[in-house]
Amino acid sequence: MIPSIPQPRALRLVYGAYVTLFFIYLALPLTVVAVFAFNDSQFPSLPWNGFTWNWFFGDERPMIGVFHERPILRAIGTSAFVAVMVVILSVAVGLSNAFLFNRYQFRGKSLLYVLMLLPLVIPGIVLGISILVFSSTLANGLWELAGLDLQILRPGLFLVVLGQFSFIATISTLVISARLQKFDRTLEEAALNLGASRLTAVRTVTVPFLMPAIVGAAVVAFLMSFENFNTTLMLVGSDAPLTIAMFDRLKEGSTPLLNAVSLLLMLGSSLLALVMILFQRRG
Amino acid sequence: MREGTRLGFILLLTPLLLWLSLLILIPHVDMFLVSIRERVGVGKYDISLANYRTFWGEPLYLWTFARTAVMSILATIITFLIAFPVSYYIAKIARGRLQSALFLACLIPFWVSELVRTFGWMILLRETGVFSGLLQWLGLAEGPVEMLYNDAAIMVGLVYTSMLFMVVPLVTTLESLDDAVIEAGYDLGGNGWSVLREIVLPHAKPGIVSGSIVVFMLSLGNYLTPTMLGGKDSLWFTELIYSQFIVRFNWELGAAFGFMLLLLSSLIVWGMLRLTGETLEETMG
Amino acid sequence: MAPDLECVSLTKRFDGMTAVDDVSFSVAPGSFFSILGPSGCGKTTIMRMIAGFLDPSAGDIRIKGRSVLNVPPNKRPVNMVFQHLALFPMMNVADNIGYGLRRAGLPKAEIARKVDEALERIGLPGIGARRVDELSGGQKQRVAIARCMVLEPDVLLLDEPLGALDLKLREHMKIELKKLQAEFDTTFVYITHDQSEALVMSDQVAVMNRGRFEQVGTARDLYYRPETAFVAGFVGDSNRWPGRVERIEGETLALRTDDGMLMLGATHGRALSVGDRVQMFVRPEAIRVARDAAELARFDNRIEGTVTSLLFNGAASRILVRHATGGGEIEVALPQSGEFADLGEGDRIVVGWSGAQGNCFPATGQDGAPDAERSDA
Repeated sequence: MIPSIPQPRALRLVYGAYVTLFFIYLALPLTVVAVFAFNDSQFPSLPWNGFTWNWFFGDERPMIGVFHERPILRAIGTSAFVAVMVVILSVAVGLSNAFLFNRYQFRGKSLLYVLMLLPLVIPGIVLGISILVFSSTLANGLWELAGLDLQILRPGLFLVVLGQFSFIATISTLVISARLQKFDRTLEEAALNLGASRLTAVRTVTVPFLMPAIVGAAVVAFLMSFENFNTTLMLVGSDAPLTIAMFDRLKEGSTPLLNAVSLLLMLGSSLLALVMILFQRRG
Repeated sequence: MREGTRLGFILLLTPLLLWLSLLILIPHVDMFLVSIRERVGVGKYDISLANYRTFWGEPLYLWTFARTAVMSILATIITFLIAFPVSYYIAKIARGRLQSALFLACLIPFWVSELVRTFGWMILLRETGVFSGLLQWLGLAEGPVEMLYNDAAIMVGLVYTSMLFMVVPLVTTLESLDDAVIEAGYDLGGNGWSVLREIVLPHAKPGIVSGSIVVFMLSLGNYLTPTMLGGKDSLWFTELIYSQFIVRFNWELGAAFGFMLLLLSSLIVWGMLRLTGETLEETMG
Repeated sequence: MAPDLECVSLTKRFDGMTAVDDVSFSVAPGSFFSILGPSGCGKTTIMRMIAGFLDPSAGDIRIKGRSVLNVPPNKRPVNMVFQHLALFPMMNVADNIGYGLRRAGLPKAEIARKVDEALERIGLPGIGARRVDELSGGQKQRVAIARCMVLEPDVLLLDEPLGALDLKLREHMKIELKKLQAEFDTTFVYITHDQSEALVMSDQVAVMNRGRFEQVGTARDLYYRPETAFVAGFVGDSNRWPGRVERIEGETLALRTDDGMLMLGATHGRALSVGDRVQMFVRPEAIRVARDAAELARFDNRIEGTVTSLLFNGAASRILVRHATGGGEIEVALPQSGEFADLGEGDRIVVGWSGAQGNCFPATGQDGAPDAERSDA
């Protein structure tokens, strides 16, 4: 079943139709979310009451748009803050891990590698509760031993960052490792041969080569953090990131405000994805 | 190792060890310790298997556990069946620009939050939703039809949410299959079915395994989709964990549940790897 | 007896470009037929049409006298050894060889027997349980052939199967392939861009260029009696001199080359007249070397010059000689007797050859050099 193997026309038509249907299936939920952001109605559902921008820019009850809805704006800010933290941590650790696994031979390397992969096969919610349990064990221990009350170990943004980092680090490690493996080490040797020190060689030759992977890992980490729900749900304190805030609203009953937020999210993500693709094409 | 490289080695090893020990290993050990203790008074605990006995003794818990496992396996199989022809199309039939455009189109829905995707299905499936309206407009239904809040809706959501994680590894492995190998299969007398069975599927095995593992994990550990799309009777095991931790504040039982979920997922992933002779390093790394 | 394979006016057009242009040929049973041409000349396209992976735009393909145009590739009585062999990496050697037999629905015991027999024949008994990637390049080659031969095809197609091997192994496999062909007594159709592969192994060689067959013949025909400038330039090495005809007497002509030398050549029956632009081809091994002009008295072309380069390559050593009065360089093969072993650069020398060895063709737009830039479609 490749183009060079003759196939009956009917079969090819059915196959093409199936693939088309699949892409409709993929697009459908996102399309309705986007379309109903413009419905002049209290509910994101039929009937269609006409087009409105109010769910973006409205400033009067009952139609307060995204840009006037403080809690949502704050939640977006919180999410962005968490995501930036996670990006910095996981790209740094991912880079370090990639070099460790690529450049050094040591006992227990393969065991460490498997351990490094484990977060991918632990359900997110279990990662969340294990960190929750451990941090409160620590906090309680500190309180009993030293009378210290470390708020930072209680559910809140710090734990959310750690919780997300705990599995996103694996992904950034894999993304950066994959590119580092393709690196021709004689380039580094050439730099050494031309008078660079080892660190300078890495900085001027290897890191620029890794740049597309680093940017890729950063974008993926940002999006995964921004989207994350399961791990965050277990570790969140009073400052809710966007997904949690939207979830709480959705439970109460949805308004097209949520559609408007979702549409903005889609636009933001597509923009980021585009940046990444452009960057990687150049790299 | 020379002095310099030794220092570098330690500098690179430290973050890895800190990450794995403080965020993965010790928390899970601690969770296990919490799960095997029983509260006997204010601030007093004994080691016991009481939480696990509660789990085994309560039909609701067991039933939910089994149901979550079975539905997750089912979701994995359905996702594979839907994704495979599409992945094959992208990898082997589409060419040039169309190929990259289709692949990108597969990725786009997953750049947005799972919450948004689930929300989309709610708008489509609910009583006042798009499908219901469409059916009435077509005259196929008398009144509003509720398609939300049942197991089928959960399944639709789960399959949709995990689709990407099946398509990407499948496309990657299928692309690495040389067209000439498929042609050789036909040239030596094979037909579509035998080439698929003896050449394409065996070649795609690593992709199938890694896709299945990820999809299974995502389904098993999903909280959002069952909560939003499922009905009163369609309880998911993660919902039990959440309610023990956050609503009932019974961390001991919640930790036991968490541990059972971890055990189940590890068991099935291990079984899948054993069955196919793949390793975790190769399929995930 | 009907030819095993016959192509009639075979044509293949890809949007706007004609890859194969009205090609006809037939291959006698049990013979080794090669299609030789630079990459991009359309030879792979022909092969893929015969195997059934491409539909011809026009023309017919007949196997044992029967048209196979409407027969899908998996039903055609031809099998193909792919360029990179396309052994199934997911199967062991025995399963690879038995693949086609399983498709034909043979009983297991018989498949096992035939596979063992095939392994015996290719001289690799007992490797059935090995994985494909444990084999050496030459072993893979033989397994790929055995995989086809167990099906007893009417025609075996081979698509540059030696391309991936290193030089030594390639030389060895040429002989091996010829032996296997005799052993299986099957018609082989072999495509390659490597002339030595085609010349050594084939009973008949078709030289292909820009979608057309330039000449079909035995290796000797192509080498000694090229019919077109392209064949003369592509098969074997040649000195090539563009120039203008000054005189013609019967078969003999005199040519003034663009760099000013006057030399005699032969028309070999081609219609040429005074003033025509022509190209003359002379093989380096057709040219004799001497230190004294008297030794070359029997040749009608004699040129004195100096040695500008020594290209030492063992038995195939050559020298470049520059014409004493300026003009071009002449590539000359050194005799292997060793009498010129002490020749040095700058030495004065005389070269000579018979005018009958100077093969002249009318100059066309093409210069006869293979255009290697185009990739094989």
